[in-house]
Amino acid sequence: MDTFIQQLINGLSLGSVYALVALGYTMVYGIIKLLNFAHGDVYMVGAFIGYYIIANFNLGFVPTLVLTMLITGLIGVFIYQIAYRPLRNSTRIASLITAIGMSYLLQNGMIYIAGPQTRSFPQIIDNQMYSLGSIRISTMQILMLMTTIFLMIALQLIVQQTKFGKAMRAVSNDPEAAQLMGINSNQVISFTFFLGSMLAGAGGVLVGMYYNTITPTMGAGPGLKAFIAAVVGGIGSIPGAMLGGYLIGMIEVVISAFGNSMIRDAVVYLILIIILLVRPNGILGKHETEKV
Amino acid sequence: MKKYVKGLFFSLVVLMVVIVAGCSNGESADEGDTIKIGSMFELTGSAAAYGTSMNNAVSMAVDEINDAGGIDGRTIEIVEYDTKTDETEAASLTTRLGTRDQVSAIIGPATTGSMQAAIPNANNAEVPIMSPTATDDGVLTADDGSVHPYAWRTSFTNSFQGSALAQFANDELDASKAAILSDNSSDYAIGLTETFTKIFEGDIVAAENFSEGETDFSAVLTNIKDIDFDVLYVPGYYEEAGPIIKQAREMGIEQPILGPDGMGNEILRELAGAENMNEVYYTSHFVVTSEEPEVQEFVNNYQEEFGIEADMFTGLAYDSVYVIKEAIEEAGSADPQAVNEALANVTDFPGITGTFSFDEMHDPIKTVNIIEIQDNEEAGVYAIDPNF
Repeated sequence: MDTFIQQLINGLSLGSVYALVALGYTMVYGIIKLLNFAHGDVYMVGAFIGYYIIANFNLGFVPTLVLTMLITGLIGVFIYQIAYRPLRNSTRIASLITAIGMSYLLQNGMIYIAGPQTRSFPQIIDNQMYSLGSIRISTMQILMLMTTIFLMIALQLIVQQTKFGKAMRAVSNDPEAAQLMGINSNQVISFTFFLGSMLAGAGGVLVGMYYNTITPTMGAGPGLKAFIAAVVGGIGSIPGAMLGGYLIGMIEVVISAFGNSMIRDAVVYLILIIILLVRPNGILGKHETEKV
Repeated sequence: MKKYVKGLFFSLVVLMVVIVAGCSNGESADEGDTIKIGSMFELTGSAAAYGTSMNNAVSMAVDEINDAGGIDGRTIEIVEYDTKTDETEAASLTTRLGTRDQVSAIIGPATTGSMQAAIPNANNAEVPIMSPTATDDGVLTADDGSVHPYAWRTSFTNSFQGSALAQFANDELDASKAAILSDNSSDYAIGLTETFTKIFEGDIVAAENFSEGETDFSAVLTNIKDIDFDVLYVPGYYEEAGPIIKQAREMGIEQPILGPDGMGNEILRELAGAENMNEVYYTSHFVVTSEEPEVQEFVNNYQEEFGIEADMFTGLAYDSVYVIKEAIEEAGSADPQAVNEALANVTDFPGITGTFSFDEMHDPIKTVNIIEIQDNEEAGVYAIDPNF
């Protein structure tokens, strides 16, 4: 039982990362139906920004996190403006290919700037271990969970309670009708990229601190898993992305723990296929009838 | 038609002249006052960092030998080439060294791929080729399982380390139960796991896997933690071994952690965190901090001459020169084929990277050094003489 709870904690930590990254996928897809494959690399860029902020300015946890989120958010907007916006009226395959190209650009650009080697993340949190019986939980794990939950609540409030959130929902529903109602859809889409990239940046910093290792290729694996999480939860749905993230994190841990660590990734992809067959819209995805 | 015949005849004559000139041009390897040794390393390209320092070590060793009077009174002349970290280049340079320059032996190249490309040409030219650092298991083996007759190496192989680590776990750590956390995506780790499992006398109580680039090992480590075991074996590189050590120690796994040479990198300590670097053991091809006078002399001289610190690459390259010197002395001749035969008989050669002899597969059977880390400091070195 203790082992099970311990594994649950491990799963929650891993799931937090997936959920943070999955939110960006799902928001962008929800609003412009674009699979932003560069999103995993935005998360990597966030980790490196956090790294350079701590290395150069020696700030504490909260200022580093906030600053990283802002910068990463702006990078997200920049990516949208130069790479996706000019293609908004092109075919969807065109923006998809651009997204893949962007992903490689970010990855190789970072290899060029920072070098390909793995580096350790400066430790600014005094990582303590708390024991409850035989269950152990670290400061970093608590911090990661709390930050993720806080950010998710904040996101939910922004989307549901603010004017901008209302505009986002309107654009996602029908971009043209929204524009007719006087909503500047480009601004709204930029804002969506800003929010999504901010969350990915936060994820990058948290992962850097928690695992103490960052590389320019770190975005690829979690990026793909987060994408699966978004699809499993129902792409386009914000609660779905959170649920999907935690679910994939849990599934991975449970398979490694009680099954076979060799087949872990295979099982995750198998689940993706099953979900797509049984519930193509994901667990919390809305089933929309095609309008003629 | 007649014109063609004439043309053909003319070109034949030219060809013959060239061949005859080529033969008389190069002296046979066993004549003259000098002995020629080829040195071909990756002086430019992606592996230039290793190649250059190895080339330095080779020229340093040759200078030392020449200053001490050469081999049987004959001085060594190095014929130096740059493979440009290019496999095709390595292959053609081998032919050039073997046939045109007529060297007695070739030292280099550093990378496994280049060595693989060079071997067939060394066989054709019948000149021994000695790679200091090609560590992959199958490099010296031909498709039919026999050894390439002219290919050699100075470094122990990847899987050899696995056996040595198992022997270390048996004898020094008195371990009877081992847990393995292996990288299932690399041949390196798979080979290391196989040989460890074969030589380890106790039980393997857990065999878990991860893949390259992963950072979260909490699930498998939580599993392992609940098992009763004496040593955790992690055949992998420092990129993953660092986080594994960190997460294992934070979780309360106190048992010794054992790994291969892939863990031997300064960044390991940063990735694992200083407070977690306890009871960590990994193999090393060359212990720079060793107190052996020969090692210290080499390390100091190298530092003095080139202004950079010696590492395992330089140590192995340096030994490669001396083992070839020993073979030439043993053969009493600088003829490449005689040198090649003599290499097979080299026994207990006292190198700075360990004492070694070559087995029938041309791999050195040598001392494996295992470095012990306690409190983030190098606490000791175990020299494991293989008895498997």
